[in-house]
Amino acid sequence: MRYAMAIDTLKCVGCSDCVVACQTENNVPIGYCRDWIVEVTDGTYPNLTLENRSERCCHCTNAPCVRCCPTGASHKTEEGVVLVTHSDCIGCAACITSCPYDARYTHPEGYVDKCTFCYHRLADGLLPACVSVCPTKCLYFGDLDNPESKISEVLKNRKWKLLIPEAGTEPKLYFLI
Amino acid sequence: MQRREFLKISSLGIGGLALSGTLLYEFFNSANDETDGELHRFPTYCEICFWQCAGWTHLDKDKKIWKIIGNEDDPHSNGRLCPRGTGGIGSYYDKDRLKKPLIRINDRGKQSFREASWEEAFDLIAKKMKDISSKYGPESMALFHHGSGGKYFTNLIKAFGSDNIAKPSFAQCMGPREVAYAATFGTGLSSPEPLDIRDTKCLVLIGSHLGENMHNAQVQEMSDAIDKGASIITVDPRFSTAASKSKFWLPIKPATDIALLLSWINVLITNEWYDKEFVELNCEGFDQLKQHVQSFTPEWAFGITTIEPDVIVKTAKTMHDASPAVIIHPGRHTTWYGDDTQRLRAVAILNALLGSWGKRGGFFIPDKASLPHHHLPAYPKPAWTWKDTVDGKYNLVDLGLANIMVDASIPKKSGDNSKVIKGWFVVGTNLINTLPNTTHTLKAIQNLDLLVAIDTMPMEITGWADVILPECTYLERYDSIRVNQNREANIALRMPATKPLYDTKPAWWMARELGLKLGLKEYFPFKTQEEELDWELTQIGSSLKEMKKIGVKKIPTPDHYLYIAKGETIEFNTNSGKIELYSSAIDEEGFPAMPVYTKHPEPEDGFYRLIYGRAPMHTFSRTANNPNLTDLMDENTVWINPKIANLWDLKENQYIKLKNQDGIVSTFSIKVRITERIRIDSVYMVHGFGHADKKLTQAYGRGASDTEMITNVLIDPIMGGTGMRGNFVTFITETV
Ligand code: SF4
Ligand code: SF4
Ligand code: SF4
Repeated sequence: MRYAMAIDTLKCVGCSDCVVACQTENNVPIGYCRDWIVEVTDGTYPNLTLENRSERCCHCTNAPCVRCCPTGASHKTEEGVVLVTHSDCIGCAACITSCPYDARYTHPEGYVDKCTFCYHRLADGLLPACVSVCPTKCLYFGDLDNPESKISEVLKNRKWKLLIPEAGTEPKLYFLI
Repeated sequence: MQRREFLKISSLGIGGLALSGTLLYEFFNSANDETDGELHRFPTYCEICFWQCAGWTHLDKDKKIWKIIGNEDDPHSNGRLCPRGTGGIGSYYDKDRLKKPLIRINDRGKQSFREASWEEAFDLIAKKMKDISSKYGPESMALFHHGSGGKYFTNLIKAFGSDNIAKPSFAQCMGPREVAYAATFGTGLSSPEPLDIRDTKCLVLIGSHLGENMHNAQVQEMSDAIDKGASIITVDPRFSTAASKSKFWLPIKPATDIALLLSWINVLITNEWYDKEFVELNCEGFDQLKQHVQSFTPEWAFGITTIEPDVIVKTAKTMHDASPAVIIHPGRHTTWYGDDTQRLRAVAILNALLGSWGKRGGFFIPDKASLPHHHLPAYPKPAWTWKDTVDGKYNLVDLGLANIMVDASIPKKSGDNSKVIKGWFVVGTNLINTLPNTTHTLKAIQNLDLLVAIDTMPMEITGWADVILPECTYLERYDSIRVNQNREANIALRMPATKPLYDTKPAWWMARELGLKLGLKEYFPFKTQEEELDWELTQIGSSLKEMKKIGVKKIPTPDHYLYIAKGETIEFNTNSGKIELYSSAIDEEGFPAMPVYTKHPEPEDGFYRLIYGRAPMHTFSRTANNPNLTDLMDENTVWINPKIANLWDLKENQYIKLKNQDGIVSTFSIKVRITERIRIDSVYMVHGFGHADKKLTQAYGRGASDTEMITNVLIDPIMGGTGMRGNFVTFITETV
């Protein structure tokens, strides 16, 4: 089983609902976030393009943050979800420096925090909070190893891109374009 | 936001009205507990905007409010709240909330208040109301309201003997649209609008920026439509989010929309691209319309709108190809240039010509539950209303016009106290920021004998009140059942998830207590709101107990049909019983029966047209202090084209002040956002920022207020709406 997420940039309106839903679901303190919105405008008036996308930890297959963590607090589950065990984290921030996506932050309580793919919800068969709230239904989540899953289907049928593929991290966040 | 700069997106709106004579009726209404496993969840419907999405308030293990999640059975939300609804918990946790009744101890506007008991506050209000009534008559008490609390005060004010009641959501927002649709189809559109967006093949957005305004189910359905390959055509001087998702973006010159609409009508008729059968069976006035639009060719429109003739033709053909599964979106915040009813008439006519009324992918026929209300004694008949102060104008409107009630609060001649409003109840609306022309609103306020503000938050308007009654948030109270139209009739319950955090009360209770003080007991037959809700629900075969479990209930009307069959003739509630392309009702009022284009002034050198809109994470000024939502966006910016920025030597993120054509300078500075997404003749900002009330610790002084810049108000002669887009601003760069 390999969990992954796809973001349909043709539908995302950049509304930030995924951000606030993550904050409330995961008690992320105000002023911090595990996911965020990027807006890219290109061209000159009136020949313009605009891309909105919701970004978060890429749960990289080849995760530098896990490799560089001195305590093993940053680890990967068997489903490929990258997690931080708060109680083992010494807050050294080595992982923050190594992450090409700037996906981690230091929680005011001293440990490093980041997107968990809402691991606590998955066991109950619930989708991640951001996926289940998104008004445009532009977030897809599921198992890449299951060819029947919605995510496998969209990745098969749509064009997509990865962020900073040259970092060699093999991210599992796909952006449909 | 600490780590990421949040990027900006934007909207306006509200619902429900009644029109007189040949025209229609619509009412609004509003909605509520239960356990799942160890966590508790309580039904509610959202109060952050008028869309009223139903959801569940979840408590955490310590029984504190944790999160709000959409109710999957709710057609407003389909289980997904928008960012504001998800962040609605911030309205409960906001430390700046009003916490106790307050009585003013100094001059109006000085913000000096002392805490009072509810008893004392009610005694004072009742005494002043009686004074006003004996001096000027009960009609001199007026109510301005927005949101769920308004209906209880409506009952109070009517029982007291006044019908001076207005929602700014009408004359400052959707009024022109409602009048235009009533004049054309015999019915306003109400809320949520019956648009079959999920099945449309072509969605035309003109003056609607879905995605920046989060009219929840519409945003969801637009996304469904994109999935299904619908063509989206967006007309907007600004490259909106919706424009970026569109097949065609028409970057129209501001204030010229009617010319484009007329030329679309011309193209549809000239090429015979309209639905002939539908028009023949159901429309009246086609020949007059054909004649009327003859000269409004795409070439003519090009000279006005700057939209290329071939684009006008191509987009008209796209609409025709999709017909009848096509929607020219009626919009929501429609008060722009004072000829708004005529513009919306042109939109309504286009929809009629394309035969999309009552069609899949067009406008569906909405269904709505009817909830019996307990019988109340008849209200006393007021001797006059705001209508008697406007010399026979605005006859197509029955709903109160907030701006006219403000005018009626200023005596025409000094000492002339006939038909003058002397007392205001202001429930859930920050009139200072909602109405254009702040100076005028303040002048009216200075003339009052009583101003009572009911709100959850301190706002500019509460600063001017004599008495402030703190309302508990929607997460802490019952409210009336939500009864709104939709594909299937449905109702929703709102109930408290927790006890009020402070000494705050529901509006229902306040209105009743005041009613008792005023000797109006018979208008308030129930002792608790639960009793009233249970009585109502029992009448329709449900119960409060059932609704606490399910939150939302569908009650489809037997035989209700969503669509009309091809070739079917239906009866419309207009003078002729047909869809009126030529409006006899507007004609009778002495206005052009078919829309005409009027040229509007353009900015002078160095000035730019002020365009305002919305961000998806805020609802006007209501959410400007919400801690969760200000975390996403805590100030507005002024969008300026790079060429103009260059001319003025402006830098990204620099703070500047704005000055309008009347010399008004913004109280606060606003950050410059240099972007190609705005035309060189216009600037854009999100409405609802620049709060001047220091009690709003998050919002105070953040960004600038567009309302302050809107001093040129273009009144719609047909329905009295306040057009707000005829204002121009320039930049003041030296002061910060
Ligand atoms: S909730 Fe959905 S549409 Fe909104 S910003 Fe997030 S991904 Fe985009
Ligand atoms: S998957 Fe969960 S933790 Fe990750 S961004 Fe979405 S809501 Fe936040
Ligand atoms: S659209 Fe958003 S703010 Fe409006 S009622 Fe729905 S959830 Fe609340």
